[in-house]
This record gives sequence, C-alpha cells and structure tokens, in this order.
Amino acid sequence: MKSVHVWAAVAVIVVASSIGEVLLSSAMKRIGDLGLLRASKGIFAVLAAVFSERLFLPGVAFMGIGFFSLLTALSWGDASLVAPASASLTLVLNAVLAKFFLHEAVDHRRWISALLVGVGVVLVAR
Amino acid sequence: MNLRKYLVLVAVMFFGAIGDILLARGMKDLGPVHLNHPLSLIAALANPWVFAGILCLIGFFGSYMTALSWADLTYVLPATAFSYVLLALLSKYFLHENISAFRWAGILLISCGVGWVTRGPELTRHPEKAGAVASGKIHATGDTA
Repeated sequence: MKSVHVWAAVAVIVVASSIGEVLLSSAMKRIGDLGLLRASKGIFAVLAAVFSERLFLPGVAFMGIGFFSLLTALSWGDASLVAPASASLTLVLNAVLAKFFLHEAVDHRRWISALLVGVGVVLVAR
Repeated sequence: MNLRKYLVLVAVMFFGAIGDILLARGMKDLGPVHLNHPLSLIAALANPWVFAGILCLIGFFGSYMTALSWADLTYVLPATAFSYVLLALLSKYFLHENISAFRWAGILLISCGVGWVTRGPELTRHPEKAGAVASGKIHATGDTA
C-alpha cells in the first residue's frame, strides 16, 4: 500500500514539474534572449517582461506543486527511490512534452542524451 | 553558443548543486518537518545554511530562466544535469561521503549525455515564427542551427 502512495507521489511530481518546465520554457521563448534584453534595457525591464508574461506564473505554480509534492514524498522516507525516480522520469516526460507542445526538434541526439542522463541520475542517487 | 551562454549554463549547474547542498546541510540542523506544522518551514529561514541555500536557488532560477530564453528545454535539462555530478563530487570532498562504483558509472553516463547534447544545436528554428519570436533576436546571435 505504501509503495502505491510513493509511486502516486512520483507521478504527481513528474507531471506537475514537467508541465511547469514546458510553460516556463514557452514563456521565456516568447520574451526572447534575457541576456540581450538586460544589456539593452536593464534588469528591471527583464523582471517586468518576465512577470508580465502570462505563462510565467502558471509555470511557477506547477513547479511549486511539483516541489511541495517532492517534499511530501521525501518525508515518507523513501528518498533513495523518490528523488532519482522523479528526476529521471521528468527528463523523459519533458522530452515528450517538448516535442509535441513546444515543437522542439527532439532528434536521436536529444533522446539518447535524455536517456543517458536519466539512467545516470538513478545510478548517482543510489 | 558563445562564452556568455556557456557561463549561464555553468551558473545553472553551480547554483543548483551548491543550493541543494546548503539546504540539505541546514535541514539537518532542523530535523524532520511535519506536514501538520507547515509554519515550521518559515522558522527554517532563520537558519543561515537554509537562507544561503535559498539565495543560491534564486540565482539558479534566474540563470535557468535566462538559459530557457535562448535554448530548447530538451537542450537545457540534460546540459545542466551536470549539477548531479557536482553534487556527488561536493558530497565526496565536503561531506566526506563515499562514491560507490554505481555512482561513478552514473557520473560517467551523465557526462556522456551532457557532452552529447551540447555538441548539437541549442535551439529549434521555426521559420514561420522567426519574425515574431523576440523580433529576430534569435538570429542576431549568429549561431548555427
């Protein structure tokens, strides 16, 4: 029963943080290069552009849901399972969502990288 | 990709890894947090380790948003996953934890993945939208697709 709870928490973490990442990535792409914007108009123009972008706060909200679900899951004591499982599954789900919602060119290179890093994270966190 | 952009990716890795280490160090002082006392998390801010960790994570968030403004999500995520390697090395040298054979294998895999993805293009070009996106700023960088 406990493992059902843990995997449900992992699912919530993975889905919420992936949606958050996709929303934030989309928001930042719509603003354009923040470094160039800061160089030309200053840091306050960057902050104004970021906070007035309508996808930014929803993105932060989803990242927040993911973060607090992670804290909750970690408090159940399975850190060695929850942290690496959610980090590596998030990488893979992000690749899928980025392909279909952000229309990123997820080619073999990026799939292989996401899988290598995902497996690597699981090993490092053992 | 130019030097400024690589420095932003390096900032994402370092702020992320150091922020996590500082938070972990601080939370050890505080002991377990119970979900029915969420306000105890606010008290955690008074801990200097936690406070420094949060400053680092603000730096992480800023550099991460900057990276996402000019690179694809599927490029930034694997590229910055090198922070997991930094975390393992920092815990070896500062927290004196052992790195098992499994961990070294994981470090090797992550490094391969990072090296592999950063050799490819960082941004997908959408010709039909190029004029609308950042009014052509993407092209102004002069990077190759």
